[in-house]
Amino acid sequence: MMKLRRSMLFVPGDAAGMVSTSFVFKPDTIMFDLEDAVAPQEKDSARILVYHALRHPSYRDIETAVRINGLDSEYGLKDLEMSVRGGADIVRLPKTEKPEDIELLDQHITRIEQACGRQVGQTRVMAAIESAYGVVNAVSIARASPRMIALALAGFDYLVDMQSERSGESEPELFYARAAVLHAARAAGLDAFDVVYGDVNDMEGFLREVMIAKNLGFNGKSLIHPRQIKPLHQSYAPTPQELARARRIIQAAEKAKKEGLGVISLDGKMVDPPVVAHAELVLRRAEAV
Amino acid sequence: MAELVEELARQVPDLCKLEPFAGATAHTPNLADPEVKLHRKLCGSLQEAIEKSDLRDGMTISFHHAFREGDKVINQVVGKLAEMGFRDLTLATSSLLNCHDPLVAHLKSGVITQIYTSGLRGKVGDAISHGIMRRPVQIHSHGGRANLLQTGELKIHVAFLGVSCCDEFGNGNGSHGELNCGALGYAKVDAQYARTVVLLTPEIVPFPNHPASISQDEVDLIVHLDEVGDPKLISKGAARTTRNPRELLIASHAADVVEHSHYLRDGFSVQTGSGASSIAATQFIGEKMTAKGITASFALGGITGGIADLHAKGLIKTLIDVQSFDIDAAKSLRQSPAHIEISANEYANATSKGAYVDRVDVVILAALEIDLAFNVNVITGSDGVLRGASGGHCDVAAAANLAIVVAPLVRGRMPTVVNKVTTVITPGESIGVLVTDQGIAVNPNRPELAKRLLDAGLPMVAIEELHRRAVALTGVPEPLRFLDRIVAVIRYRDGTVIDVVRQVDERE
Repeated sequence: MMKLRRSMLFVPGDAAGMVSTSFVFKPDTIMFDLEDAVAPQEKDSARILVYHALRHPSYRDIETAVRINGLDSEYGLKDLEMSVRGGADIVRLPKTEKPEDIELLDQHITRIEQACGRQVGQTRVMAAIESAYGVVNAVSIARASPRMIALALAGFDYLVDMQSERSGESEPELFYARAAVLHAARAAGLDAFDVVYGDVNDMEGFLREVMIAKNLGFNGKSLIHPRQIKPLHQSYAPTPQELARARRIIQAAEKAKKEGLGVISLDGKMVDPPVVAHAELVLRRAEAV
Repeated sequence: MAELVEELARQVPDLCKLEPFAGATAHTPNLADPEVKLHRKLCGSLQEAIEKSDLRDGMTISFHHAFREGDKVINQVVGKLAEMGFRDLTLATSSLLNCHDPLVAHLKSGVITQIYTSGLRGKVGDAISHGIMRRPVQIHSHGGRANLLQTGELKIHVAFLGVSCCDEFGNGNGSHGELNCGALGYAKVDAQYARTVVLLTPEIVPFPNHPASISQDEVDLIVHLDEVGDPKLISKGAARTTRNPRELLIASHAADVVEHSHYLRDGFSVQTGSGASSIAATQFIGEKMTAKGITASFALGGITGGIADLHAKGLIKTLIDVQSFDIDAAKSLRQSPAHIEISANEYANATSKGAYVDRVDVVILAALEIDLAFNVNVITGSDGVLRGASGGHCDVAAAANLAIVVAPLVRGRMPTVVNKVTTVITPGESIGVLVTDQGIAVNPNRPELAKRLLDAGLPMVAIEELHRRAVALTGVPEPLRFLDRIVAVIRYRDGTVIDVVRQVDERE
């Protein structure tokens, strides 16, 4: 079954108190950050902290990701060694611009997996798209490795690159990038994550942006504060009408399966398999609020 | 007149000895002179009041802590007593806070040689844990203090009570005046039991002052002081509204426990502590009450602004207040007729003729440590040093229908759920539920509650499992090392000894 990924919580890798307990907030995925949240002089200690968190039983039941530093930096490879050896489920590559970035990452991961005895291919990858170049290459990036599970749009750097800035409200400045990243992800069968919302005290603005992302079709958002998790999950929860309809579709599908029918019908209309898949997602989002 | 009394004694020999009338004020010279009658209590200075109070070496002086970290009375009075050469006094105060650090000098010099208190913090707690006092400190609960006064173990000779305003006859309160602190629940008991009561006030108002939390018939002397306390510091150190996600998570779990405990029904009663998670839980419980369309009959305790807010919204009908935890609670006490001030005896004394705690449904309490038997420590820190307060913890935990303890599973590098607490303040038998950020554990003595919470889908785990998870995060801490010498005695609310605190061992 498809993994539910609505909330991806950033946890600064050098914040010991948060690294040791962030699982209690139960986001769908925890993202330990070794990149922008960590000052250069703290990179080494953060890497060690995150390694121990990844190995800890408390994180066994939650999906873990690590945002490493770019492979062109002095930290990137060290971060990657630690992440793969620590058992991270996902490595998030920042500032991905072209498929070769992912291919290089893939080769290094394979080497490290072999070296440490991890099953090759077990470590998954997501690419953060943070520039105009990355957005126009999103399709090839999404297809660059079988390890790829998601694309994430990072709005801040992208808008700087576009010589634009956040306008609030309907956010036309992000529309093209959102649509492009989302299409690239969906065309490759990947998940897609919307940008972070930086003002943790502005719940109204956050929820407005969540609805934009949800309606476009994003799986969820990257989050910078645990307080954003519950409102996000609630926003992704189906309405009672959506839930009732999803239940009826699933019942119809089960009935068709039982009766050995190839075609599912509901209220006299044919129901396509993608509609059934969406109904399953709706039910799971309802359960996981 | 003398003949009448003699004749009476002849006719009824077993009648007690009576005295003949000798003039309207022969036995009450205070009332003879109109000037003296009206103004006799006012003293020109603190020193004059102390001299008139007939305080002597070896006696017991008392104070209240309604101004909490803003208290200016204890340091001033004890400083003056030291200056006047007093020795060997017993300090009986409802609590001591960080602002009372200057007392260390008076412990060292022998001005104070014995202490009764509910709490010890800062340098005083530290010095006592390191053995500065010859006699162990007696740590009591708020209800237990009233009990000790009632039984006579604790005899107050002179109570020095700060009030925000009073008239020249001694009708004083903490709820009015410029520098107010709210309820004077602890002072009320002292005023009742002390041999001599001295009111200290920054504001002397026209007679008759109302309301009279401390009544004129309990007051001997009155001193004007520029400062008795700073209201802004009452809530210092206690978070009002937390944004800490972990505290909010714990609070929301606690509110869920209350909701499914079956006590959240119309007319229920509640008490919450002053910790961040308790205060946040108040808000969540308020939301659940609104959703269910119910109201609470009363909230008890230290009253917070959050509780006062629910009262103002009509969700809690009556507030029963022994101590106001912040300026907003004090304001509510002043303004709302259904916000009532009570004494510590009415609040929590197990041997009073009626304590409000006995009618509380649900209480939410904090803990520094809780062990596998649900015993709670709120007095000694992870280093074994006295740095907390017994407060009303064991009183209301014992009395309420359901006591919920809220605590993060791990604080810094130290587990909160431990094998055995360093010091027992509240026995495990009084605790119903422990709510942590990593799961909820029900005391095995409440199987019906465990079933209700489990059926509601709450994240229930055994307390042993919580302990295991805590240790998995922190490792097993090295055991604390103590000397044999006892530095504090923990008195349960009925006066019995439930534990002792020993001197910390700092030898290498």
